[in-house]
Amino acid sequence: MTQYMFSVHHEVGEEMPTGDDVQRMFTQVDAFNQKVTDAGIWVFGGGLEPIETVTTVDATGPEPIITDGPYAEAKEWLGGFWILEAPDLDAALKLAIEASAACEGRVEVRPFQPE
Amino acid sequence: MTTDLEIERIFREEHGRVVASLIRRFGDIDVAEDAAAEALLAAVERWPVDGVPPNPGGWLTTTAVRKGIDKIRRESHRDAKYQQALMIADDTPHAPTGPVEDDRLRLIFTCCHPALAPEARVALTLRLLGGLTVPEIASAFLVSETTMGQRITRAKKKIAAANIPYRVPVAEDLPGRLTGVLAVLYLVFNEGYLATSGPEPMRVDLTAEAIRLARLLRSLLPTEPEVAGLLALMLLTDARRPARFADGVLVPLTEQDRASWDPSEIEEGLALVRECLAVNRPGSYQIQAAVNAVHTSARTPADTDWSQIAALYGQLLAITPSPVVALNRAVALSELDGPAVGLAEVDRLDLPTYHLWHSTRAELLRRLDRPDDARAAYDAALALTDNAAERAYLTRRRDELPSTAG
Repeated sequence: MTQYMFSVHHEVGEEMPTGDDVQRMFTQVDAFNQKVTDAGIWVFGGGLEPIETVTTVDATGPEPIITDGPYAEAKEWLGGFWILEAPDLDAALKLAIEASAACEGRVEVRPFQPE
Repeated sequence: MTTDLEIERIFREEHGRVVASLIRRFGDIDVAEDAAAEALLAAVERWPVDGVPPNPGGWLTTTAVRKGIDKIRRESHRDAKYQQALMIADDTPHAPTGPVEDDRLRLIFTCCHPALAPEARVALTLRLLGGLTVPEIASAFLVSETTMGQRITRAKKKIAAANIPYRVPVAEDLPGRLTGVLAVLYLVFNEGYLATSGPEPMRVDLTAEAIRLARLLRSLLPTEPEVAGLLALMLLTDARRPARFADGVLVPLTEQDRASWDPSEIEEGLALVRECLAVNRPGSYQIQAAVNAVHTSARTPADTDWSQIAALYGQLLAITPSPVVALNRAVALSELDGPAVGLAEVDRLDLPTYHLWHSTRAELLRRLDRPDDARAAYDAALALTDNAAERAYLTRRRDELPSTAG
């Protein structure tokens, strides 16, 4: 089994769902989460607070520097992610199709390095 | 006396089979390739002395497996993964995983996986199944060896890291995935048939390799009509190769010496088209093959059944709506209903970056006695193609136009 990260990306300026749309999306995502939990392939996952809540820490210099906002002005930001286990990429891509439909966003699939 | 050249030919012929079974054995493409290369070295040493064994592919595989195992033993510090490969007693025939249980079929689906970049799919297929060397592939696609080497290495790394499976897709995924495989083979063929740039107008090495791989795929998937269709399309197109160039200038279909077309390729292609018609599950390659069957069946250009061709392009347009298909249909219509009708069709298509749109317009404008407009269209076509033979033809056609007084 390989662990894959399924990350949901949004573009700056992209219109975010509101009201009933959010409710529908939550229901869909809950159903997907239940399914992967029942299948025993769920490792971790969740939605993230908006990009405005980010704090960046840089301890590569002599003194740690704490700044408000993301490290770089990005055109894309991470909305949430899952970490799931799959036997191979084909299985992972099938999960990604379901995940993308459930959260109504583009999903990037990326393998974790083996231990 | 077995020559190195002969050994090389056998090795290329057997490369796909040998590497495909080694990948299944060792679970790693690099280990498989290294072992196959060592088996080749052994063959170059032994065969000139002992003679070519009765089953050269089996000899190469057995030798390569032994070399691979030796290497893994020597490098005992290697990952546990390779040690595990050793432990797997895999001498029994493996369980069928798809419609056909040939390792080469797994390999082609892995090489043409949609998660790989299109140019990487082509390179990997030629390298692993075709047995072409990295310098050969690099020169075929006019990129540096370093670039091609990196492209292949990156693709192999992604296959390993992302765990792209080594498996024939399950029945429900097969049609979609097969489309990707056929696209790779057709791309290799087309790059050979009309090189997009470089000194050679045609690269016979690539067309021959594409046909060889299409034959292989057909033997592996004999009941898929689109595979037969693609092979037929390649054969019927390639049959006209001897007549396509004269002194480095492209010769259009209507002006070709039909006696120099390859009769055996035509016969094989026509038989495949008939087989497809009997199966009656039409697809885009089968229809394109049928168009070429109509062309190659006509003894003279005047005998061409243009209404049949127009109907086939109409059918193709319904399956794969694309302006390029519509352009081909417009050419057939212009033969049936005259250049004015054809031009009206062509002008409704928006293909300003496609050189054949401009050259088609140019030919129709010529027939409509509009030499100035035709000249401008030839110039537009010339600005969009780098193929020397095509440029020579377009230049000749342009310069044949009557000059108009002011």
